[in-house]
Amino acid sequence: MVATIQSVAGDEGQHPDIALVERVKAGDISAYDELVRKYERQVFRIAQHITQNREDAEDVMQDAFLKAYEKLDQFQGNSKFYTWLVRIAVNESLMRLRKRRTGKLVSMDEDIETEEGRVPRDFADWAPDPEQNYDNSELSEILRKTIQGLPRGFRVVFALRDIEGLSTEETAEALNLSVPAVKSRLLRARLQLRERLSRHFRPGAKPAPPPRQAGSPAGKRV
Amino acid sequence: MTCTEFLAILDEVIDQSIAAETRAEIELHIKKCGHCEVVFNTTRKTIEIYRAHELYELPTDLRDRLHNAIMEKCKKSKGPCS
Repeated sequence: MVATIQSVAGDEGQHPDIALVERVKAGDISAYDELVRKYERQVFRIAQHITQNREDAEDVMQDAFLKAYEKLDQFQGNSKFYTWLVRIAVNESLMRLRKRRTGKLVSMDEDIETEEGRVPRDFADWAPDPEQNYDNSELSEILRKTIQGLPRGFRVVFALRDIEGLSTEETAEALNLSVPAVKSRLLRARLQLRERLSRHFRPGAKPAPPPRQAGSPAGKRV
Repeated sequence: MTCTEFLAILDEVIDQSIAAETRAEIELHIKKCGHCEVVFNTTRKTIEIYRAHELYELPTDLRDRLHNAIMEKCKKSKGPCS
């Protein structure tokens, strides 16, 4: 049975995931192993962007892949498998948040009516290669804190579109939003992030490190 | 082109999905307007920096553990062909 399905894999112009999906549908679980390995990091990152909690993201990742597996017969191939999977992961993430908030409704539309980011206010240029002024862990912390400060509906659009590389149409499909809504949120997300990062990246933004005292130990003095 | 008009198509400018004739207008506007030039360059840089830094890494041991857990659950489930 698997052998006949595999012949589909050679069709020109077809996304390679389609052949894997067909193999899974035919009962070949090793093909699903390949799909999971291919997308597990992306699903984990997306779940982190929505839940902002590592344990929740781990749970969402497992639940999303299990659900996708169980519902694979509902995947019609009208969209990419990855877009379909992201949509499941987004819904699982929102459900996880709802559980944490003991049933309170959680949506992608919270706090998006902010005025911030509609028009730029900060026109100070950045230092050349501003990220070079921070070591890797400092920079990661700045980037994490900055994106975590955005309303969820903006943060997730930015994460899918600009970090994970989905197209505007795919992002709209994964989030069940219209294309104009994705475009509007993306622009505001980008402008808000830019404005917030300016605090760290303008010339001279990083305070000089405190002077080191000769001979003093780094640890706490008793 | 005004700053408001420029801002309205900033995303298309960044994503380079803009018609050639509009591109010339944009270049002219950026040349004249320092504010829009800064907004354009720093927004583009914002995206570049986020793309280049993985904020939520999945260490190999955790990734393997989660991967195995997913596959175990799938094997136990009735699956898509039930």
